[in-house]
Formats: sequence, C-alpha cells, structure tokens
Amino acid sequence: MSGGATFIVLVALIGGALRVSTPFMFVALGECLTEKSGRVNLGLEGTLVLGAMTGYAISYHSGSPWLGVLAAGCAGSVLGAMHGYICKLPRVNDIAVGIAMMLFGTGIAFFFGKPYIQPSAPRLGSFSLGAWTGNQEIATALQINPLLLVGIAVGLAMAWAFSNTKWGLIVRMTGDSAPSAKAMGVSVDLVRFLATTVGGFLAGIGGAFLSLYYPGSWNQGLSSGQGLMAVALVIFARWSPVRCVLAALLFGAAGAIGPALQSVGITQGYYFFNAAPYILTLFIMIASAGSARAARDVPGELSITK
Amino acid sequence: MADIAQPLPSTAVAANHWGDLSVRLRRGAEYVAIPLFALAISGFLFSLLLLALGKSPIEFFQLVERGGFGTAFSLQNTLQRSSPLILTALCVALPARIGLVVIGGEGALVLGGFAGAVVAIPLVVGKVSPLLTLCIMAATSMLIGAIWIGIVGYLRYARGVNETISSLLMTYIGIAIMNFFVEGSLRDLTNPNKPSTMPIGDTYMVGHIPGTDVHWGLAAGIVLSIVLYILLSRTTFGFAVRVSGGNPRAALAQGLPVGQLIVICCAIAGACAGLAGFFEVAAIQGRANASLAAGYGYTGILVAFLARHNPLAIVPVAILFGGIVASGGLIERRMGLPDATVLVLQGLTFVVLLMSETLYGRFKIFQVRGAADRT
Repeated sequence: MSGGATFIVLVALIGGALRVSTPFMFVALGECLTEKSGRVNLGLEGTLVLGAMTGYAISYHSGSPWLGVLAAGCAGSVLGAMHGYICKLPRVNDIAVGIAMMLFGTGIAFFFGKPYIQPSAPRLGSFSLGAWTGNQEIATALQINPLLLVGIAVGLAMAWAFSNTKWGLIVRMTGDSAPSAKAMGVSVDLVRFLATTVGGFLAGIGGAFLSLYYPGSWNQGLSSGQGLMAVALVIFARWSPVRCVLAALLFGAAGAIGPALQSVGITQGYYFFNAAPYILTLFIMIASAGSARAARDVPGELSITK
Repeated sequence: MADIAQPLPSTAVAANHWGDLSVRLRRGAEYVAIPLFALAISGFLFSLLLLALGKSPIEFFQLVERGGFGTAFSLQNTLQRSSPLILTALCVALPARIGLVVIGGEGALVLGGFAGAVVAIPLVVGKVSPLLTLCIMAATSMLIGAIWIGIVGYLRYARGVNETISSLLMTYIGIAIMNFFVEGSLRDLTNPNKPSTMPIGDTYMVGHIPGTDVHWGLAAGIVLSIVLYILLSRTTFGFAVRVSGGNPRAALAQGLPVGQLIVICCAIAGACAGLAGFFEVAAIQGRANASLAAGYGYTGILVAFLARHNPLAIVPVAILFGGIVASGGLIERRMGLPDATVLVLQGLTFVVLLMSETLYGRFKIFQVRGAADRT
C-alpha cells in the first residue's frame, strides 16, 4: 500500500470512528447506567432498531429530525420501562427478558416501519472538523454530527454524577448491594426501573442516529448487532462511562475498516471485514471477562458475569 | 431434620408413593397450565393490537388455522417448518438444563448447513452414492454446529464469557463467514440470481417420509427429542447435567466435571442446530445461500422457553409455531399486514411468557400440602 493510500485509509478510519461510534456510545452509556443499578438489559438491540424506526417516522411526518430524535428516545424509554417493570416481578430472569425484548422491539419496529422504507425523511445536519485544512477529503471524512458531542457530554456528565451526586451514589449502591440500599430506605425496584428507563431512552437516541444520520435511511437491515456489541462493550469498559465513550470510538474505527479499505480499491474480503467488529467484540470479551480488574469493578448485584 | 433416623411407618410409605404421583401430576399441570395461560393472554393482547389497527382478530386466527393446519397441504408445510424449529429449540433447551442461556442456534444452523453444502461439492462431482454423501454431509453439519456452540460453552466455563452475548455474536460471525465464501471463492457462477454454493442436485436431495410431502428432518427432530429426553431424565449423565444446572458449586463439590458437562451439552446442542442446517440445505434449498438465515434459530428460542426446556414438550410447541410461521405469507396477502406480523406475535408471546414465570407456586390448586421440600 502506498503512502497516499495509507493516508486515505487512516483518515477514513478516523472519520469512521467519528461517524459509526455514536450509536455504540449511546447504547453503551444506557447499558452502563442500567448495569450500574444492578440489572442487565440485553434487549437494547431491539431498542436501537425501534428508536431508528420511530426517529425516521417522526422526522418524516413532522419535518424536524430533532423531534425524531426525541421521539426515538421516548420509544426507547417505553421499551426500557417495560423491561424494568417485568424484571421487578419475582422469579423473572432479566437475561431472558432481554432476549424477549430484543425480539419484541425488532418485531414492532419492522411491523410499523414498513411504510417508511421508501419515503425520504429530513436528516440531521453535520459540521466538519476538518474544513480549516482546505483538504476536501479530510473535510468530508471529519464531518461530525452534534449527537456525537452530546454523547461525549452525557458520558462525562454520567461519570461526574456517579462519583459526585447523591443520585449517582444511590444508583451505585443499588447495583453493588441491594440489601444495603434497602437498609438506607432506598426502593431498589424503583431505582432499577428508572435506570432501565433512562438507559432505554439513550439507546433509542442511538437508533435515531442510525436512521437520521449514518447510514441515514430506514430499512430492516439497519442495525446488525450494534446494540448487542454495545452491551458487550460495557463489560470491556468496566462500567465506566468515560471508558464507554472511548471504547465506542474504538469500535467505530473497527467498523470502518471494511468501507475504508474499499475506498482505496481493496474489495477482497469485504465480508470478512464486515465481521471484524463482531470478532473484535468476542476477543475483547474473552480478554476482559476473566480479568481481575473487571472482577473488581463489576457491580455486585449483576447477573451477567456470574 | 430431626426425625430422619426414625423408620417411617409402612402406611406412611404407601401414602408417600401415591402422594408423589399426585405431587408430580399437580406440578405437571402447573407447567402446562401457566404457559397455556400465557399463550392465551398474548393472543388476547395481539387481538387488541389488530383491533386498534382496524383489522379483524377473528380473521387472523382463521387464517392461521387455514394457512397452518386446515388443509393437508398446509399441515405438511407446517410440519416441514417445525423440523428446524424442533432442532434449534433443542439447541436452546439442552444448555438451559445446565444453566446456560445460549441463543446462537441460528449461527450453528447457517454454518452447519453451509459446511454440509461445501463438503457435498467434491462428493457430487465424484459421483459418490447419494446415501453416503448425505451421511457425510449430515456428519459435517453436526460436527461444525457442535464445534460452534461448543466454543461458546468452553468460553463460558474457562473464561467466564457471558454465553448469551457470545453465542449471538457467533451467529453474526457465522453468517458473515458464509457470505464471505458464498459471494467469493465458493460462488456458483452459473447462478446469476442469488449468490449460492453449487447445487447438490436432485438425486442427492433428502427424500420425503413415505406417504407425505414432509422431509425426513421432522422424523429426525422427533427422534432426537425423545433421545435427549431419555438422556436428560433417565441417565447418570442427565442427572449430572441437572445437578450442575441447579447448583454448580454443589456439583463441583461432589466432584462432577462441570466444565466438561457444559462443553458436551453445548456441543450436542450445536449438533442439533447443525443438523437443522443440513436438512435446510439437503431437503429444501439444495444449496447454501443467505436463505439459510431465515430466523428459525430465533423462533427456536421462544419454542424452547415455552416448552420449559423439556425436549418432549418442544415437539408440539414447535408444530404450533411452525404453523404460525407457515401462515405468515397468507396473512400478509389477505389482511394486508406486514411480514413482521408473525415476529410481533412471537415477541409479544415471549414477553408475556416470561412474565408468567412469576405465577408459579401462586395457585393453591397446584400445591400439595407438605410437598414443598419434595420435587
């Protein structure tokens, strides 16, 4: 590969990281909040798809993509609230409910989303971080969407809130030891319900990014496991919102390998590079699951690592 | 217990015998009644959804009846579709008995079917006898499926990797591997429509069960369900599996090889899903292509949960859902509903079913006095 081609691939990778990472980021932050409270929501893949559909549909009808983003968040929080409510019933397994919500969310999205596959809805705008270079390629590659900045801000705010606010302390305590939360007079079910609902809201916004910015259309193959990978990513990020943001950027870059190589004419193994994010996730899970540091940082009430 | 050393009066022993039967019957009734109740509730909720959309629920259920079970043709179509559902449900049920939630049956089906189709190419070209070819194909499919899900079990035991997430990731990887070869080096260039492997040809296809239009996959599924039921409930291996699933620490303390059991369970499970892939290739498609990933693996998850991971119960549940899947096309055409309708019904059923878990032990009619510590 010549120097010029390497440069193009690198720029494409960075651009990809900036573009592709946003849905990962929102879903991972939502899951991080939910898991911090001691519950697992594996259904965020379904939430992501439903958010994508709702965002697109509302943007199409109202003409305002930002209204679509808000609606996507609300749809996500409805699914999150459902999950939160069902899991608080006795003898109900949150992992299994997550699988059911994944199928349910996807089904509902495909069911109501069919009329919106054809029409074109107004998308979210973007601005370029690379315009000052005067290089057209860099300027296009470094287009970023305001939602990326929102995601980073949410990550930082969550990290701050977990360590500095009463609410953050309550969520962490509920996640680490339900009995001590009860002893403090905190309703464990309520905290987890709210954490799952807000987590769903964030995942829904991640979905709106998929349909309203990149790839920027609604179809049934829109999300292929991003929501699931983001859930795995939270374990890798060891339940830290800041590390969730960084891990999402890394995943965005991994997801951009295939298209980046394609842009310089390397089309062989396109499907293999499509599989790259999944394989990377699996290896990251293998590497991080058994580690001592993960064992130290894991919320004590979590069923996913037991 | 204080009185454990005292001999029981003989009358009490006799009563105990009948008592056990009554406990078992009542418990069994609970395990049938609550899932049926959940099915009824989800049917009701789904009807409300249809009413809200201005469609007739009665028409919907009539179409399911007609498209899935009403005529000889539709019934055979249903049975044909229930075969992969039985096999992929077994792929969920077996690991579930040892305490693992494995949802990667779709990947094992796709990759197993693909491996079967690939191994058939030289055999078909070399004009090896069809029976031998099919046996080799089936063995390859099962082996690949076993390895695929076996890896999930191994990672779970050896590295503590969450099996639910890893098995679903493996599904995406499996489908990507198949696409990689089917669109690349193994593509049949004479078929311009859809990227596929070389067809195995009509003489090499799996036949139908005599007197029906249903391929042998259904028989294989039913036989495997019975075999696995016996394996789980009547053998030392099955006992060890159930102990490990119930309490892994106790099992380890007893010296049971929990890790081995987990990997073996996952491998058998994967072999079942791989076999489903073999039948999809050798009895339906005749080649491997993207149609293998038709979602049977996901419906199989629901089937296994509805059957409470009991291999015998999987068969009727799989036939019910085979019928619902089979009537999807008819519903789509007649009622103008999107093709995801069946998906919504399945998701709704799954959610309601899991909610119904909370009902166990709440109804007096299923409880027997003093039976709490007997199972």
